[in-house]
Amino acid sequence: MKKNLLPLVLLAVLALLPLAVKSNYFLHLMILFLLWVVIGSSWNVLAGFTGQVSFGHAAFFGVGAYTAGLLFQHLQLSPWWGMALGGFVAVLIGLPFGAICFPLRGAYFALASLALGEGIRHVATIAENFTGGMMGIMIMPTFISKVPYYYIALALAVLSVLSIRLVIGAKPGYYFVSIREDQDAAASLGINTTLYKNISLSISAFWTGMAGALYMNYMGFIDPNVVFSLHDYSVMAILVAIVGGVGTIYGPTVGAFIMVAFQEFFRTGFFGLFEYLGEKTGSTAISALGGAVQQAHVLGFGILVIVVILFLPNGVVGDWEKIKRNVFRINQAG
Amino acid sequence: MAYFRVEKLVKKFGGLTAVNGVTFGVEKGEIFGLIGPNGSGKTTTFNMISGVYPPTSGKVVFRNREIQRMKSHRICHLGVGRTFQVVKPLGRMTVLDNVIAASFSRVNSMREARSAALRTLEFCGLSSIREVLAKSLPIAGRKRLEIARAMATRPELLLLDETAAGLNPTELFEAIELIRKIRENGTTIIIIEHIMHVIMTISDRIHAINFGQTIAEGTPKEVAANPAVIEAYLGTDYA
Repeated sequence: MKKNLLPLVLLAVLALLPLAVKSNYFLHLMILFLLWVVIGSSWNVLAGFTGQVSFGHAAFFGVGAYTAGLLFQHLQLSPWWGMALGGFVAVLIGLPFGAICFPLRGAYFALASLALGEGIRHVATIAENFTGGMMGIMIMPTFISKVPYYYIALALAVLSVLSIRLVIGAKPGYYFVSIREDQDAAASLGINTTLYKNISLSISAFWTGMAGALYMNYMGFIDPNVVFSLHDYSVMAILVAIVGGVGTIYGPTVGAFIMVAFQEFFRTGFFGLFEYLGEKTGSTAISALGGAVQQAHVLGFGILVIVVILFLPNGVVGDWEKIKRNVFRINQAG
Repeated sequence: MAYFRVEKLVKKFGGLTAVNGVTFGVEKGEIFGLIGPNGSGKTTTFNMISGVYPPTSGKVVFRNREIQRMKSHRICHLGVGRTFQVVKPLGRMTVLDNVIAASFSRVNSMREARSAALRTLEFCGLSSIREVLAKSLPIAGRKRLEIARAMATRPELLLLDETAAGLNPTELFEAIELIRKIRENGTTIIIIEHIMHVIMTISDRIHAINFGQTIAEGTPKEVAANPAVIEAYLGTDYA
């Protein structure tokens, strides 16, 4: 029971948060964080637990978002129907991909997934009559307040993490990890490796598609370069999981928090620090530096990932014992 | 009809014929030894039996059923378990989790899989190290884990591929004890082994191959005295 205490406390805090926090800006960041919990945890099922590294999760995210958008565009259905269908459509994209690409192992599978993401982005760009191409799809948001979106995102995050936790703790989870550790040994133990890789892919695609559908509803605008973005989604999903802890249940949750905070830290020029200093000192150089920092968040990600891989190769959650030990030692010395 | 048999098994890798027409039959409850010098095609034969790859031609028949085209996991479910010569521990899992993963081939619930795994670990003498990560085991532990994992799939026929290689004399003695115990449990065993002391003491019958072809078959005594076998191992001077 003690093991479950921290997530439950965290959940309670998150559930009560909008009562205490009225700032739209802060709620927006929290919604992004929750979306990343869903995407990062989904990526982690396929790559972290099953060992099939994907560079193409933007495909599932974008397909989920476009499902919601296109239902509205073509059938005048509420884009919330996308929340019912987005995950399933992502699975429909995922399964043929799995059937074709799962015979590939290791880096070759990763390359194929990269091609999937980029390929679908081009399809969405070119098929203008169907998707609107680069014009994208715009919808009127259902709610003006951010609070409903926050709770929907929270529900999605909780459901996805909880369902993943259940699956990983049972037979499929053991099979996923066995496949990750040694596919030939797994097959000799009676594990249908192709079947279980596809199950893992389906779970992963489903929740990523759901996150995409929510994104459409929340942001109100999508175009192919936004939702099928290689660096904003496919790579970011990997970073979220690596920073938090690949192959751990709560790693991507922690990683999502760190990455969203980190991105915002850079985007705002260290929360306005440079702007403030620039005004105080009247130095244009500092203001200019602040502008550069705002552009440099990708560089920041790079450095963060290098630091994590060097010092916490299993991520914050995976190496939590190590972090505790080192912090404790510092305290003792002090 | 033999309980298990391979008929005219052939495997070609490009221009190399690794196994060239091997035929043998194994009776239920037997310990059947498969010997031969390095590169003679023993492991290739095991790989064909366990479905790692299909034979180029020939048949594998288990309980009157041809299995040579089946996938590994199907063959496992039919009741053929195997260990790997180059051990394949599921490294970042504990010994217990390795065996639980294997137990799931027969049961679906976590509770059943766990209790079955604990019984298997007890049987194989691994209970005391069940919480150890598989990758941190020494070679004797890894070899034993291979056997435990295969046993957890409840095989009727167990293929042991050099499970005694690299063990010290005490560990060797324990390995022989374990293999005997598995047979007493009703499991039929085909064993590949280089250590003559092991193969000669535990096998009921031995089949010797060289360059992918059968050179002798019989009781351990008969095979040990066979000139073709001596020649294959020691060269013509000693034959």
